[in-house]
Amino acid sequence: MKFLGLIFGNLRRSKTRTILTILSITVAFLLFGYLAAIRVAFTVGVEVAGEDRLITRDKVSLINLMPKSYEADMERIDGVDNAMHQTWFGGIYQEPRNFFPNMAVEPEELLDMFPEILLTEDEKQAFIETRTGAIVGRTTADRFGWSVGDRVPLNSPIWPLKSGGNTWDFEIVGIFDGAEKGTDTSPLYFQYAFLDEARQYGQGLVGWYTIRVTDPARAADIAAAVDAEFANSPNETKTEPEGAFIQGFANQIGNIGFIIMCIVAAVFFTILLVAANTMAYTVRERTNELAVLKAIGFTDSTVLGLVLGEALVLTAIGGLLGLGLAWLLVAAGDPSGGQLPVFYLPVSDVLVGIALIVVLAFIAGFLPARSAQKLRVADALRR
Amino acid sequence: MAEIAQPQTDDASLVDARGIDKVFKRGSEEVHVLGGLDLQIPKGEFLALMGPSGSGKSTLLNLVGGLDRPTQGTVTVAGQRIDNLSNRRLAGWRARHIGLVFQFYNLMPVLNARKNVELPLLLTKLGAAERRKRAEIALEVVGLGHRMGHFPRQLSGGEQQRTGIARAIVTDPTLLLCDEPTGDLDRKAGDEILDLLTALNQQQGKTIIMVTHDPRAAERATRTLHLDKGRLVTDPVD
Repeated sequence: MKFLGLIFGNLRRSKTRTILTILSITVAFLLFGYLAAIRVAFTVGVEVAGEDRLITRDKVSLINLMPKSYEADMERIDGVDNAMHQTWFGGIYQEPRNFFPNMAVEPEELLDMFPEILLTEDEKQAFIETRTGAIVGRTTADRFGWSVGDRVPLNSPIWPLKSGGNTWDFEIVGIFDGAEKGTDTSPLYFQYAFLDEARQYGQGLVGWYTIRVTDPARAADIAAAVDAEFANSPNETKTEPEGAFIQGFANQIGNIGFIIMCIVAAVFFTILLVAANTMAYTVRERTNELAVLKAIGFTDSTVLGLVLGEALVLTAIGGLLGLGLAWLLVAAGDPSGGQLPVFYLPVSDVLVGIALIVVLAFIAGFLPARSAQKLRVADALRR
Repeated sequence: MAEIAQPQTDDASLVDARGIDKVFKRGSEEVHVLGGLDLQIPKGEFLALMGPSGSGKSTLLNLVGGLDRPTQGTVTVAGQRIDNLSNRRLAGWRARHIGLVFQFYNLMPVLNARKNVELPLLLTKLGAAERRKRAEIALEVVGLGHRMGHFPRQLSGGEQQRTGIARAIVTDPTLLLCDEPTGDLDRKAGDEILDLLTALNQQQGKTIIMVTHDPRAAERATRTLHLDKGRLVTDPVD
């Protein structure tokens, strides 16, 4: 701590250079934090996916429907605690850009399978009892300004009504929050019975199944047993952990995590060169001063520590500033105006950012610090 | 020009350098800067080292101050042989025993006078308040009590050198080594610095070795030695 005055004094030596370097580091960490939030938005649910939940879909394609009767067959398999189905509705609110996920489900089954969906008891009851009732997540409710009691028309290009047309009317009977920060609060759920009764075709068919297993350690065996159960049937199945299913869904857009990692790596490599160049320059122009410090008794390792300390202070100021700005920007809302189901900067990414600050400081400062450490006093004083 | 006869071994010598050779390598060429040099300096002496450029004055000063090591020979200061210490131990030894005054002051431009003087104290276990107090006392001793908060760029050459002297004496070192302390100053400021060094020697008993080209500066010393081509001589060529 007693060397901090010296470290800060040296950083003040060339204010313009220090400020520009700090700003470049700030931008890098701002990007890191903001892109981390975007990555989370695109892989929403992967981290909070239930370890005890499996997803079963048609082996050929997710868009192929499966018989509703599979549910009872699944629940007879050893290790399956419960099974429920969901059916993609594809409803559009007013115009196509207002996309959000909406599915037909059996209410009791949904609430049992996904305890992370938080509703009041009254809302739960209304959902179960109201044929045209729907519950919607807070993100989407806020996005469109919906509240309980509102009637919401959704246009489904997939499911025309028996009565003609594609516009289905729903009554919002509940708005749910997520038990965890990463819980997706963008979907709308309504009764499968309503869909099955009112659609023109597809009666008795569902989109995919969610299975809860009794023992997560046996999930792989149970998944294999489920797929074996429906082997050689008209609708063979593919069963996988919920997390893998969600990740696969996200990967349909592209490997967002990989793309973001590439961008961040390129930015950090550039910033590393900037910071290393600054540190090398600052040591080179201070050769004589470092020699004087050694002459009056500073050891080689103390001088090494001083230069590394400078690099750390430089990157810490820029890095923490960047992470802080990213936090503020993310808190201000997602860039799509609410289309991203979740948008937040996870604490784990902040911790990774802090670790990156230390790593960046070490790499940028090491070579200049080593040259300062190896400086021979008498030689340097003669220069 | 004849080599000077060195005094017999004196156990009371503060500095005892024996058989000192110093060779620098410049590429494949070897440059012999000091050759077979013996030097004893008693405690409390104010020694001036004179000689032409390249005669080895500063090199000898560096060896006595533990800033460099002889190629051959031994250097003992205050009973401690220093030529065979590790870099780390030698740095610690310098911090405790040596005060250095440079021709171009070598102050840290980013620190004010008080912080500059405090620098050697950062290597001690003293607390911040005690470090500050000692730095202020040292600056008072050199007559800069009123300039403590000024940065080097705000001080005259003479004031910067006084600050350098305050930094050198703040740890109460065994030995004060001055390399051309008046070399960058005008006559008046140079005289003031020499007055200060004389006072430190006479009033506080500081042992001082001063490298200088200036005969007027050397007159302040209690003994003057001349170096030529790496050897101590009695009849210098001016």
